[in-house]
Amino acid sequence: MSVIDLVPYDEALAAYDPVMGLEVHVELGTATKMFCGCSTELGAEPNSQVCPTCLGLPGSLPVVNAVGVESAVKIGLALNCEIAEWCRFARKNYFYPDMPKNFQTSQYDEPIAFNGYLDVTLEDGEVFRVQIERAHMEEDTGKSSHIGGATGRIHGASHSLLDYNRAGIPLIEIVTKPIEGAGERAPEVAKAYVAELREVIRALGVSEARMDKGQMRCDVNLSLRPHGREEFGTRSETKNVNSLRSVERAARFEIQRHAAVLNEGGSIVQETRHFHEEDGSTTAGRIKDNAEDYRYFPEPDLVPVAPSREWVAELRAALPEMPRVRRERLQGEWGISDLEMQSVLNAGAIEPILETIAAGAPADQARKWWMGELARHANETGAELGALPITPAQVARVSELVAAGSLNDKLARQVIEAVLAGEGGPDEVVAKRGLAVVSDDSALGAAVDEAIAANPDVAAKIRDGKVAAAGALVGAVMKATRGQADAARVKELILERLA
Amino acid sequence: MPGITREEVAHLARLSRLELKAEELDHFAEQLNDIVDAVARVSEIAAEDVPPTSHPLPLTNVMRPDVVRPSLTPAEALAGAPAAEEQRFRVPQILGED
Repeated sequence: MSVIDLVPYDEALAAYDPVMGLEVHVELGTATKMFCGCSTELGAEPNSQVCPTCLGLPGSLPVVNAVGVESAVKIGLALNCEIAEWCRFARKNYFYPDMPKNFQTSQYDEPIAFNGYLDVTLEDGEVFRVQIERAHMEEDTGKSSHIGGATGRIHGASHSLLDYNRAGIPLIEIVTKPIEGAGERAPEVAKAYVAELREVIRALGVSEARMDKGQMRCDVNLSLRPHGREEFGTRSETKNVNSLRSVERAARFEIQRHAAVLNEGGSIVQETRHFHEEDGSTTAGRIKDNAEDYRYFPEPDLVPVAPSREWVAELRAALPEMPRVRRERLQGEWGISDLEMQSVLNAGAIEPILETIAAGAPADQARKWWMGELARHANETGAELGALPITPAQVARVSELVAAGSLNDKLARQVIEAVLAGEGGPDEVVAKRGLAVVSDDSALGAAVDEAIAANPDVAAKIRDGKVAAAGALVGAVMKATRGQADAARVKELILERLA
Repeated sequence: MPGITREEVAHLARLSRLELKAEELDHFAEQLNDIVDAVARVSEIAAEDVPPTSHPLPLTNVMRPDVVRPSLTPAEALAGAPAAEEQRFRVPQILGED
């Protein structure tokens, strides 16, 4: 493995223009496989979800999963694609034991969906349109374990073991057209695209699209060309990049690596590359020369899929609100800036906020708590907002108590902290700790008098008209009442006494 | 219709992981040519206006509902395997030492 000195990112971009192609595989959340009735449930014991069809035994015949086709059409529509009026499956022939049939049933020149686009929002709010080449139906492969080599790698292994439970699970492969013109933002565009695609898939309800579970996997194809040149350079294909952050890192690394090779007068080898999470690097895999020949031909065991225009129109009409549209709507409803909305998104706070609003809290209060106290707590504990031990209904209750005047902000924070610490729900915490705003003048009066007596110089300033100095006395009263005093009333009492 | 060349047979052999001797390449090229010639007679009848057929039945949209059906047991699944280990199909080394 040759080690290469990467070109600094800015330098690489000064000399070259990156062009990317992204291929994303989504495992559908169907109950059964694409061409047989075997379960797709994760975590089953090896080879317990296989049958003659997905094992490719002689005489078996595939039958298409209707939900698989429906999901493919929904994805196509959500990506603004045209839906084929008639299309076929094709055999992609290759000799490798992860597919017991010796071919993968896929689609070749007749994808079910084609010519679409997806608008993605970058971190600064700029919108970048990614053109979609196609979305087609295919099936997943089995899982190999390589035995006898170092750390389970295929190199040096003495033999391999195959579990075909995954073989045949429906996949939709979504392929972009070449992404040009992103310049230095190419890695960011790649990440934003995959993130947006994931949101779309989830909104459609066709897959959970969990990248950490392999339900969504991304191949990053990248090439560089000198500025001003039309023709694409030779690309590398970084396979199975399995987190959003990795997609960005892989693109960035390949830009720097390509630039290094090209600067030295070398040429890029058209090859697959493996991405390494540990250091964000890629290493060479298979060389893709012209020997690659899948001998595609139409699948003779399956009849064509011909989605009727009526059915497509029905599916289109039933599409859920798309994530981008929804975000824009919420931002408008909440009346917040692009930047504020972006931080809500980055914090993963949309759903908790919406649920808190649904539980009765005003939008600004829901946002305030989730983006303030709770986001801070999530940060400190490394938890996701949605996984914090407090429910949206509890947050709404705290907000209600504040609105009713029974808690002030400071007390409310104490209640939130106590709920997070497992002391019970908001009402329970309030009762147990005896937390309540004290606004009763007789109770406050004594504390105010004490504060004035203890701070004669401050009192003197206020008497001289320096009203701003009252803050110090309010603070003293709050401290004396352990935060339970109604601060506004305290200030009034102080000013009355020192008028 | 161009015939199958010796080079194409070598290419196919490589894709199929078959090791063929030089005389076998010639032999199979000739045999494959005979087969292709025989099949090519179809094109004497198939005119421009006849679209290629991938399936003999004029059907579309044959689908099944997304309902789980019983699978084989692992023992049944592995019954025909030449070798099994840890309830998995055991296959020979995939890549040689580099």
